[in-house]
Amino acid sequence: MAYQIKVNGTDHSVDADEDTPLLWVLRDWLHLTGTKFGCGIARCGACTVHMDGQPLRSCTLPISAVGTSEITTIEAVEGPEAKAVQDAWVAHDVPQCGYCQSGQVMSAVALLREVPKPNDRDIDLAMNGNICRCATYVRIRAAIHAASEKLGG
Amino acid sequence: MGAEDITLSRRTALQGAGALVLGFLLPLKGVRAQGAARPMVTAPNAFLRIGADDSVTVLVKHIEFGQGPWTAAATIIAEELDADWAQMRAEHAPANVALYANTLMGIQATGGSSATAESYDQMRIVGAKARAMLVQAAANAWKVKPAEIRVEKGVISHAASKRQGRFGQFADAASKLPEPADVKLKDPAAFTLIGKDKSVARLDSAAKSTGKAIFTIDIHEPGMLTVVVAHPPRFGAKPASFDATDALKVKGVVAVKQIGSGFAVYAENMWAAIKGRNALKTVWDNSAAETRSSDQMFADYRALAAKPGRAVGTNKDAPEKPLPQGKLIEAEFLLPYLAHAPMEPLDGYMLWDGQTAKARFGSQLQTADQGAIGKVFGLPMEKVFIETMLAGGSFGRRAQTTAHFAVELAEVAKAIGPNKPVKLVWTREDDIKGGYYRPLFYHKFQGVVAGGKIAAWRNRVVGQSFMKGSPFESMMHDGVDPIVTEGADELLYAIGDFRCEFHYADSPITTLWWRSVGHTHTGYAVECFLDRLLQEAGQDPVQGRLALMAEKPRAAAVLKAVADLAGWKGSAAGNGRARGVAVCESFGSFVAQIAEVSIGDNEEPRVHKIWCAVDCGQTVNPDIVRAQMEGGIGYAVGHALYAEVPIVDGGAAIGNFDEYRSLRINEMPEVEVVIVPSSEKPTGVGEPGVPPTAPAIANALAHLGRERPSRLPIVRRV
Repeated sequence: MAYQIKVNGTDHSVDADEDTPLLWVLRDWLHLTGTKFGCGIARCGACTVHMDGQPLRSCTLPISAVGTSEITTIEAVEGPEAKAVQDAWVAHDVPQCGYCQSGQVMSAVALLREVPKPNDRDIDLAMNGNICRCATYVRIRAAIHAASEKLGG
Repeated sequence: MGAEDITLSRRTALQGAGALVLGFLLPLKGVRAQGAARPMVTAPNAFLRIGADDSVTVLVKHIEFGQGPWTAAATIIAEELDADWAQMRAEHAPANVALYANTLMGIQATGGSSATAESYDQMRIVGAKARAMLVQAAANAWKVKPAEIRVEKGVISHAASKRQGRFGQFADAASKLPEPADVKLKDPAAFTLIGKDKSVARLDSAAKSTGKAIFTIDIHEPGMLTVVVAHPPRFGAKPASFDATDALKVKGVVAVKQIGSGFAVYAENMWAAIKGRNALKTVWDNSAAETRSSDQMFADYRALAAKPGRAVGTNKDAPEKPLPQGKLIEAEFLLPYLAHAPMEPLDGYMLWDGQTAKARFGSQLQTADQGAIGKVFGLPMEKVFIETMLAGGSFGRRAQTTAHFAVELAEVAKAIGPNKPVKLVWTREDDIKGGYYRPLFYHKFQGVVAGGKIAAWRNRVVGQSFMKGSPFESMMHDGVDPIVTEGADELLYAIGDFRCEFHYADSPITTLWWRSVGHTHTGYAVECFLDRLLQEAGQDPVQGRLALMAEKPRAAAVLKAVADLAGWKGSAAGNGRARGVAVCESFGSFVAQIAEVSIGDNEEPRVHKIWCAVDCGQTVNPDIVRAQMEGGIGYAVGHALYAEVPIVDGGAAIGNFDEYRSLRINEMPEVEVVIVPSSEKPTGVGEPGVPPTAPAIANALAHLGRERPSRLPIVRRV
């Protein structure tokens, strides 16, 4: 059936089965491919988007459950925290293969909006749902601290 | 060091195109002595595109999956070209073995941590030739002598006439000039980019931080079908028959076809394909399937290791001696099957029109994949085109000796018929259950300590060879697969009474190289057992190793460097922590690490910090070297602590990250890296960070009063 969903500020009508995960709607219906498939069971975080500003694993959320919530993907994430995080990611050359990094960035932006000055424990709690098989974790941590500094300064 | 003059013979003809080149040489031990397998192409027009906007795009022959070959190739070329870093770009070169062969392997291929090692000289010459051609073009335009022209940071200038220009305005004229036969390379003392910290930033960071980087899975083309394949649950099983009645009722499912590796479900989108596959009824022919479980395989391997095997490496031709008098120490190490689990599972796009096949995917052995695709379609190599895509990691998984994924992709396209573009995607379960693992290995050791010294060393290794019977069999010498014993057959340590033997084990379970290949198991086994013997001999882990390394100065140097970095004062670290050491040489690079470990929650080891010293010869991008050490260490920590693909009744018992536990940020140790300065030829960094980590952790545990884990992973699921 057709679902009305709001993604990146735009209303879309999507004709999909009710159990279709938001991830595949974003990727295969809307061709917003920055959000990645990694596991399909919400264990790796590659598919992280924001739903009403909160980080969410889109691979297990059926389209029927999106309702009127506003979805934001890596393609449209913006604001001072997003800019600070993405600038820090580049300055620290965080990405290696880069495949998980959309999800990492989305989780990090959500963290800094919630906790402007995160300590290492805050970072562990906010980021441990995002696997990076290249293990760029040292730089992810450093970049989040740097982004936080930038925002505070 | 003086400037190097490299004289090159003109090579206008590009020989050897068109045939799948077998007899690969891969950069294993001694490969340099075997020399390049085909002439090295250094034509700037093959590797560079200079735009009217002054951008310099390097066509990189190696796949970029995080290890940094795009940035490395661009750095080397920019250095010799005297370009400004801001004008440098990179993209993948097309599949064309005549132009883009790996100079060590003779095929277009990325692997063995060889990208910089094998192309360093080549890219320097390309850059220097391009510079000479731009200078000549400017000299022609300005009617001045080339020798009077300077190039600096992308600006071409002639002081006397006060003229200056940029690359873009001369690029077209330069590309039509004859290629210079001789070029003078820079004196390394004059380098401003190569080996200079912070001189360049990665070319791919911005696109990968904003979701703009395009991977294979992101391809959408009009009319494209998304395909998943049902693979057999047991290794060695074959597809027999299927009933697609229910699968075809799933909205969006278009067709189901039997192919060599299983049953392909074609759909309008990925979710429909997944649901269609779930609804598919399959029958498998298990007549040749594996039936054992991991525990049974270890028992079989242990029984095999009780018998004398084939001797390799040091003293291999000497008759076996009885063990000398002294304290006998015995140990065994059991290493499980491991999946690579790159974040982007295997995937590929293919358009076959009956006359040509155009594939787009993260091809790591382009020439082998090209040949395999051609074979499926009955097309010659020149009708098979591969566009290499950025890939979400590999760790060895995309370098397939059998080209199995390229074959499956081609069979999927062929089965549905021409002019139907397909995107084949493996799910995570396909990936983790799908084999091509780091082989399961068993190591048996006997050592004798006498008079405070190691008096004897006996090691028997049992494991599968994935070279045997593959197109890569020619890498084996005299029937010996180096991957089974590399790192164990010759030690960094002078132990006179040494013997290493191996047995092959066979199984239909498919195996493959996994980040650092043989060193993944030999590094662990050898460095754990050596540490055990040093402990018995009452020697310090650092000083004891150094005393045996007189003939291995580079290994000794990294060990000293890491000991200095960590302020080594012995294994005890206080605070309930202990430190362990390991040193490995792999792919021509030397890496030493010290791990500081305690026992944390749930009795799980907690790795607090790893200090790392690396000697990889001349560095090109120091920050990428550090990044690869950090990443290699994290990859190793995660697998050593948590990872195993358990085999039950001939199939993988787990299939996703809920059970194939992957390192997370809260488990990542702090990492501190020192790069030991070197003017040796560049060697690899993608893999060599991995081998010392697991044994360093195990050796730290031993100094915490625990046993060195004889079976990995250290944290075992019950």
